[in-house]
Amino acid sequence: MSVLVYTENWNGSFKKLSFELASYAARLAEMLNTNPIAVSIGQVGRDELEKLSKYGIKKTITIEHDGLTQFDTQTYTRVIADLANSQSAKAIVLSNNNTGKSLAPRLSVRLKAAVASGVGQLPEQLSPFVVKKRAFSGNAQAGLELKTEMKIITLAQNSFELVEKPVDMVIEKAEADLSGIIPKATVKDVEIQTGKLLLSDAEIVVSGGRGMKSPDNWAPIEELAGLLNGATACSRPVSDEGWRPHEEHTGQTGKIIAPNLYVAIGISGATQHLAGISASKYIVAINNDKDAPIFEAAQYGIVGDASRVLPRLVEALKKAKSA
Amino acid sequence: MNILVCISQVPDTTTKVKFTDNNTRLDTTGIQWVINPWDELSLTRALELKDDASSGVAKVSVALVGPVSTEPTIRKALAIGADDAYRVDTEALDAYQVAAQLAEVVKAGSFDIILCGIESSDYNGSNVGGMLAEFLNYPSVSGISHLEVQDGQVQVNREIDGGREMLVLPTPFVGIVQKGIAREPRIAAMRGIMMARKKTIQLVDAARVEPLTRTLAYEPPQPRPACKFIDPDNPEQLIALLQNEAKVI
Ligand SMILES: Cc1cc2nc3c(=O)[nH]c(=O)nc-3n(C[C@H](O)[C@H](O)[C@H](O)COP(=O)(O)OP(=O)(O)OC[C@H]3O[C@@H](n4cnc5c(N)ncnc54)[C@H](O)[C@@H]3O)c2cc1C
Ligand SMILES: Cc1cc2nc3c(=O)[nH]c(=O)nc-3n(C[C@H](O)[C@H](O)[C@H](O)COP(=O)(O)OP(=O)(O)OC[C@H]3O[C@@H](n4cnc5c(N)ncnc54)[C@H](O)[C@@H]3O)c2cc1C
Repeated sequence: MSVLVYTENWNGSFKKLSFELASYAARLAEMLNTNPIAVSIGQVGRDELEKLSKYGIKKTITIEHDGLTQFDTQTYTRVIADLANSQSAKAIVLSNNNTGKSLAPRLSVRLKAAVASGVGQLPEQLSPFVVKKRAFSGNAQAGLELKTEMKIITLAQNSFELVEKPVDMVIEKAEADLSGIIPKATVKDVEIQTGKLLLSDAEIVVSGGRGMKSPDNWAPIEELAGLLNGATACSRPVSDEGWRPHEEHTGQTGKIIAPNLYVAIGISGATQHLAGISASKYIVAINNDKDAPIFEAAQYGIVGDASRVLPRLVEALKKAKSA
Repeated sequence: MNILVCISQVPDTTTKVKFTDNNTRLDTTGIQWVINPWDELSLTRALELKDDASSGVAKVSVALVGPVSTEPTIRKALAIGADDAYRVDTEALDAYQVAAQLAEVVKAGSFDIILCGIESSDYNGSNVGGMLAEFLNYPSVSGISHLEVQDGQVQVNREIDGGREMLVLPTPFVGIVQKGIAREPRIAAMRGIMMARKKTIQLVDAARVEPLTRTLAYEPPQPRPACKFIDPDNPEQLIALLQNEAKVI
């Protein structure tokens, strides 16, 4: 028996979310009295794989196959489902990112295993198996019972603390049986920006809304984000207007994020905006209207004109950093 | 080429959600039901493609799993421009049970492209589209931000970390859509509302499928402590709080 965790890699490297997944799987395996096994698909160096052992992973199964260099949901589903069966998985843990969201439902049907998606905590109880998940766009947590023998959980990014628990880990190579699988989609082109901190990976996010008045006023937001090693984001009207790239749009119909710190500048705090950011650990609001709803979601607030407040904040931060 | 848009009915996105019966059920009093925002956008894109003669899209249908009380939502989709509709006559109990019902609708019809939203704004499952594809053994592409059809040839953009992929796809397939699929949802015009009355909603008997999950209770989010206001002339205080109290910078 086992808890299987799919640890995706990005050009052979893991990210913080991979270790969050490992930590979660290790703790879940402990609760279920079984072993956590990581599954890694594609080329990942030994040193990189070893990092998983720091978070309690006792065994990693690696699969390298020419048929797996391109991500195809049907092919990957088959590989992970086969492993879940051969390793008698009691639970499969995936990230709630694009990859996890596309694999979890397919695995669910293939393995007849119930899914809870967007989970941030360990199960509340084991029999029945109940786990809390995000519901109503962040306006509630649902206690969801998973009624099947095998369970699937997708873990929300930046919601589960890393738990260091170094163990000895074995690395096993496995073969994938891809017989009869022909990926149907062909990739014509890829546009990818490398080296930029992704909004979903950022622990600090500085975000601007319509109250910024013009795309020409974004320099202090970028400077602030840079000083804090964070990423920039925006409200929907700002991306709709083309002031900022659409990847930055947060909210119900944009990115759903949970950074440690979200700084909302000139953002009113509409429910649809809050739906994407309310899981942030701390929210700071800067707005010239003291009655703006964003202040109800924020722990810290400054009532003032952004064009005046921001430059002073940037200066103060520079000073604090050089002190 | 025919497109099926799977639509779910959700509370209006500005609803202040409340629960009843010891927090085990959504309190539906006063709720305005709308088409899930993603599904409204999928429908809009499907209709844009149908309007373009060179796409080869001939028909746009919608399907919803839900009891008779969901018919006004289906009528709304018809008024926006869908040609016809299917309603599987059963309460939607979880994503697995819903996807199993939709799979029967797809098998009985002839659809080339099936569109689902990335998530419902109420139960936030993110599961129905992928489950439906697996039930049908169709390919699925998640995170579609653009859908192009020319003479029956399908091309989609898929959002990936830090960028996007352009994919060419054979039909049939299940497309799971997100931001970008259409800009503004189409709204029903008077003429559409009149015409919708004459369109048929085909009733489909429910397949017997047990859900795999059950929601035991809901918990409203923890109320946040009141906001601490900081003098705009003293940003140093904010930095100190973030460093020493919140410990996030
Ligand atoms: C189905 C649906 C889905 C939606 N999804 C999203 C979503 O995903 N994300 C999203 O963001 N929105 C979404 N919206 C839109 C949402 O309802 C709001 O319209 C939007 O969030 C408002 O953006 P904003 O706060 O930038 O602008 P506004 O609401 O116009 O707020 C601007 C704020 O800036 C303040 N301000 C003005 N001048 C200054 C100044 N000089 N200094 C400081 N502050 C100033 C104002 O007091 C105000 O509070 C959605 C809407 C619908 C119907
Ligand atoms: C009385 C009652 C009890 C419920 N109890 C539960 C419960 O215990 N657990 C639970 O998970 N859910 C429960 N639901 C919610 C309901 O079953 C949801 O419709 C279902 O779970 C799918 O939502 P999702 O968030 O998983 O969908 P997602 O996978 O997030 O939806 C994505 C897309 O799938 C399609 N889709 C979703 N639902 C439908 C539909 N009904 N018809 C057609 N297309 C659809 C749409 O394209 C949508 O954009 C209950 C509902 C009711 C009315």
